[in-house]
Amino acid sequence: MSVEVEASDTDRAPGSHRSSRDRLRSYLVGLVLAMVLTAASFAASSSNLVWSPGTPVLLAVLAIAQMGVHLVFFLHISSAPDSTNNVLSLAFGIFVVGLLIFGSMIIMANLNQNMTLNDQMLDMHLQR
Amino acid sequence: MSAAVDVAHAEAPEGAPLSQRGPAPTRVVAAFGFWLFLLSDIILFAALFAAYAVLAGSTNGGPSGAELFNKRHVLYETGCLLASSFTCGMMMIAMDTRSTRLIYLGSLITAGLGALFLSLEFSEFADMIRGGNGPTRSAFLSAFFALVGTHGIHVTVGIGWLAMMVGQVATIGFAPMVVRRLFCFSLFWHALDIVWIGIFTVVYLGVYR
Repeated sequence: MSVEVEASDTDRAPGSHRSSRDRLRSYLVGLVLAMVLTAASFAASSSNLVWSPGTPVLLAVLAIAQMGVHLVFFLHISSAPDSTNNVLSLAFGIFVVGLLIFGSMIIMANLNQNMTLNDQMLDMHLQR
Repeated sequence: MSAAVDVAHAEAPEGAPLSQRGPAPTRVVAAFGFWLFLLSDIILFAALFAAYAVLAGSTNGGPSGAELFNKRHVLYETGCLLASSFTCGMMMIAMDTRSTRLIYLGSLITAGLGALFLSLEFSEFADMIRGGNGPTRSAFLSAFFALVGTHGIHVTVGIGWLAMMVGQVATIGFAPMVVRRLFCFSLFWHALDIVWIGIFTVVYLGVYR
């Protein structure tokens, strides 16, 4: 028993077996960070402080940062041994999500480009 | 039988190497299984996001997002979900201290904020449909209602789940089974907030360029 207490005091991975006070502090930090990032997103979308073609990039960065904050402070994804499998499956999930979204966008943009016929081609295609 | 399982799943000392710790406790295994479900759910949302990204410009002469969306409205919805995510976390701390009263209070606030979010979303949908801009108006609006509506259905299911968990805490108490289910609920609720971050960024803020 004493070994367990000693080990958990010194060799503790972040996010595992913490006191209520530590967990409350973690949730509060997460809440404040998420609120700041949300406010920044809404401000960035309406202000002219950022060069306007760069706004979508800024919005994407803020959204990904906020998702990271939620994962770490609310869903408690950490480097603890308990969550190794969770992190690996999360990486695979992000990979599939990326393939699905960006793959669809690239394929559909490509199709749109290739399927656009000029008038002459359209006449030939429709045999008129 | 259950006693034997409990012994087999007893927590090994933290310092022991991974290879000598034996099977992971049920708490960890159940959370991992639910985590896999959440990832598959997020892949479902990714398909809807992909459809929206492809169809966002296909308004068929109808209104675009910039004409339909009210940013202040979306800010209120975001605030509701973020606050309910936080109170859900407070509920998890109350669960660790086995405080029934705080669990009831936390779930009341969490479900209340979720319901407020749903009513805001419902009023937005009702306004759009009343103005003739329902899901049948254009491909853009079909994709919009599919994506945001699916998220709303998830929130509705989450509120029902939370109500059931309150019933289980009241009747069964803090059995390991109930504690695991409440923990899975908190994962579900936080994951819905993550999906909402994607929605307000891509759908609502992405149009104000």
